[in-house]
Amino acid sequence: MAPIARRAHALKEALDRKKLIPEGFIENFTKLMEVDWDPANGARVVARAWVDPAFRTLLIKDGTRACEQFGYTGPQGEYIVALENTPTLQNVIVCTLCSCTAWPVLGLPPDWYKSFEYRSRVVRESRSVLREMGLDLPESVEIKVWDTTAETRYMVLPFRPAGTEGWSEEKLASIVTKDVLIGVARPLANA
Amino acid sequence: MDGVHDLGGVNGFGAVELESNEPVFHEDWEPIGYALIFVGAADLNAFTIDELRHAIERMEPRHYLTSTYYERIVTGVAALFVEKGYVTHEELERRAGGRFPLARPVTPGEPAREPSISFAPGETVQVRKDHFRGHSRMPKYVRGKRGVVLHQAPRFPYASAAGHGIEAKHEPTYHVKFDAKDLWSDAAENSTVVVDLWESYLEKV
Ligand SMILES: [Fe+3]
Repeated sequence: MAPIARRAHALKEALDRKKLIPEGFIENFTKLMEVDWDPANGARVVARAWVDPAFRTLLIKDGTRACEQFGYTGPQGEYIVALENTPTLQNVIVCTLCSCTAWPVLGLPPDWYKSFEYRSRVVRESRSVLREMGLDLPESVEIKVWDTTAETRYMVLPFRPAGTEGWSEEKLASIVTKDVLIGVARPLANA
Repeated sequence: MDGVHDLGGVNGFGAVELESNEPVFHEDWEPIGYALIFVGAADLNAFTIDELRHAIERMEPRHYLTSTYYERIVTGVAALFVEKGYVTHEELERRAGGRFPLARPVTPGEPAREPSISFAPGETVQVRKDHFRGHSRMPKYVRGKRGVVLHQAPRFPYASAAGHGIEAKHEPTYHVKFDAKDLWSDAAENSTVVVDLWESYLEKV
């Protein structure tokens, strides 16, 4: 088998030779993926929901429109649903069949999300997987695992931790990481 | 399709490996696959993203299980461009200087069920018991299982048709909640699994 890098370039060259790739398309799309699609976007949405009850209501009722207010739209963001955590409910997102993720607000998924380990285990042994990843939840906390099997794209709305009273939106957003938005971590006030 | 990609609940894998400060891409070639998905699906209308998912599912199982994520993307995209007649397999292998495995043949798709059967939040539903060789966004761990509808999502092209490039009826999908213990007797305590299922995958109870 040819090395994958050569296969990737071979495909690109073959299409390029037939003028099937619009000028600058790959470069522009790469920038979209590397720069525009950023979990900091989802973090800002969460921070706004934490400080603004009306926005929080909108986010829960119509996640797509709430994210749109920040300009977070685009591929894989056509129907966004925010999953509200409580002290006794932890929502966790997976795509067991491939890797589906709410790109505009979470960014591209990390390797671990796409791994066979995560895809196979988190639906069945969620508490163990979360504990291994650093989030140890007692049995009194329900773990709800959302398998992204159709076109809904999820983001977790984590529970605002104690100790963050009076924080600016910017500071609140800084404790909401990609892992928090996927649901395998909780935001830490003393991070 | 009961392929090896349908990994939910499969035993044998170990700990999830984490990488701190992981970059978006690890290698220079990785963005190419993703960008070309959209050249094909959005710019050229050559295939749907559903077809791309199914092309990856159609990879030879050993190849699927031993390739990295972005390698699967490149393989699926390449397979579709060849199957749709944009490039030849021969040209790809010549340019790559070696074998460029693609995907195994596609089977016929399945149109959405007619007439439409609607479900409501709070309703108990049963997932279809039958088997389908083509693209299905019904993981096998819920086949024939009962769950409760939490929410009706908007209409989207029926995946088992869209995955084969045939006319795909827009039908609602439903967020259906299952008790994890109903899916696996050894599942984690106090856990539930919500699966987003097209209307055609569900039946009245
Ligand atoms: Fe996926």
